[in-house]
Amino acid sequence: MSNLISPGSTASVEEVSRRSEMRAKAVKRRFRNLALQAAVFVLVVGSWQLLADWKIIDPFFFSSPKAILLQIADWFQNGTSQGPLYIHFLVTFEETIISFVLGVILGVIAGYALGMSEVLSVIFGPYIQMLNALPRVVLAPIFILWLGLDMSSKVALGVTLTFFVVFFNAFQGVREVDRNLVNNALLLGANKKQLAFHVIIPSALTWILSSLHSSFGFALVGAVVGEFIGATKGLGFLISQAQGAFDTTGVFAAMVLLSVTALIADWAVGCLEKRFIAWRHVKQE
Amino acid sequence: MRLAENDPIQNEQTGGAEPPMIELAGVTKEYVKPSGEVHTVLRDLHLRMAKGEFCSFVGPTGCGKSTTLGLIAGFEQPTGGTVKIQGEPLQGLNKQAACVFQTDNTFPWKTVIDNVSLGLRLRGISKAEAYDEARVWIERVGLKGFEKHYPHQLSGGMRKRVALAQCLIVQPQILLMDESFSALDVHTRSLMENELLTIWEETSASVVFITHDLEEAIALSDRVIVLTAGPSATIKGDYRIHLPRPRNVSEIRFDPEFLKLHEKIWNDLRDEVMISYEQSYQSR
Repeated sequence: MSNLISPGSTASVEEVSRRSEMRAKAVKRRFRNLALQAAVFVLVVGSWQLLADWKIIDPFFFSSPKAILLQIADWFQNGTSQGPLYIHFLVTFEETIISFVLGVILGVIAGYALGMSEVLSVIFGPYIQMLNALPRVVLAPIFILWLGLDMSSKVALGVTLTFFVVFFNAFQGVREVDRNLVNNALLLGANKKQLAFHVIIPSALTWILSSLHSSFGFALVGAVVGEFIGATKGLGFLISQAQGAFDTTGVFAAMVLLSVTALIADWAVGCLEKRFIAWRHVKQE
Repeated sequence: MRLAENDPIQNEQTGGAEPPMIELAGVTKEYVKPSGEVHTVLRDLHLRMAKGEFCSFVGPTGCGKSTTLGLIAGFEQPTGGTVKIQGEPLQGLNKQAACVFQTDNTFPWKTVIDNVSLGLRLRGISKAEAYDEARVWIERVGLKGFEKHYPHQLSGGMRKRVALAQCLIVQPQILLMDESFSALDVHTRSLMENELLTIWEETSASVVFITHDLEEAIALSDRVIVLTAGPSATIKGDYRIHLPRPRNVSEIRFDPEFLKLHEKIWNDLRDEVMISYEQSYQSR
């Protein structure tokens, strides 16, 4: 009995040490990756700063990381020339969120309808292709003429951008549903509504959620471009004002704020994705 | 083991007081090819299957076995003749049937218990009740403890068990199996075959079992139908399997009676397989 246990216990000791070794290795790898990422940042930003300091590149046109940071800090403390920073930030954020939500809802509904109905997809397919081929930026002046300088024109532009991304993914997602799963659910007694909720939508959700990352980016583009062309508030408006005053630092500072916004949004969408397709993220045991 | 009135042979001999569970009356299935040619898959199929009968279809590749199953399930409508279920012509989906497909039946976004209870939930049964019933079935197919797992965390054989429980929980009159076990490895497969027989013997479901494996067909069935090589396949042979039940699938293969049956049916099937081979060579 005792000689049966001892090899077992040594094996478990071995196993424990191997496991801690594996964990140490994983931690090491993580640190290395983080260090490399930081190194790239330091290299790019550092050389930009140095080149600007040494006047190899013209600070008037290229600004410098330090000046940009100072500009942002100044905006935070004293507000911009166009009023407090947070107002611009909130306006852009609000426009983005509203156009994102509207675009996603419309896109999913249209994608589902056309994906399910052969007739609808035959009738509307070519028109949707045509509208999608149109560069959406040219719509911005029209929307501003129709809806004025405030939020609604930016939302309209953002919606036209997000809608198509979500629409095509939802459409494809609905089309790609496994025939066997549909047949199976029907045999098990599903009606049309149950089929949609138990089979088609969960199956298409993988496609739709993967489109949310890029569609949020498009919603932001819509808001900023709209503000750029005509607005009284927003980060895009701030950029166009800074550009008008040949204030490169201001342009860069607004850009940094925009990319921070985009990063936060991307992270939020990632959380949403994890929540909705949890079944994909459960690790194999 | 099984009730005498369920004996398919007796039913057929007495003409059957009740109509057969499944009747194919001169069923023909044709497709129009894009070139405009008409392609006949099945031609003039006549078949009556009694309640509780386990019936296998074998035949060479592409002979229309799965099409036959699709017609019985109501996925497709025949272009000639009628499919009758308990004497009634089938319109639309077959509400009496459930199907275990060759690929997965399980919904990957649902846990095992949600997968199994789905049929009951779709019929409007409360979640608590459906879950209680599902637990019984999960235990019956030997998956106790895996209720909260997702299908991709299970092995192929375990997913088949989920599929089986998912189908049988709605107590179908007809269980359709479309090469259900052909993707499994040999050992899992014979385990699953035995399990299927054990569970089926407690139900009164008729089984339509599609397979390309003659041994599997004989070991499981009351009746083996041999289809001719396609196109325009039809029934070539109809064999009764009088091996005693309950059967052990892995042992019954060595039974002299089994071997005799195998030889007899294989003689029929072989010709069709050869024809099918020749056709596929010619078309190349």
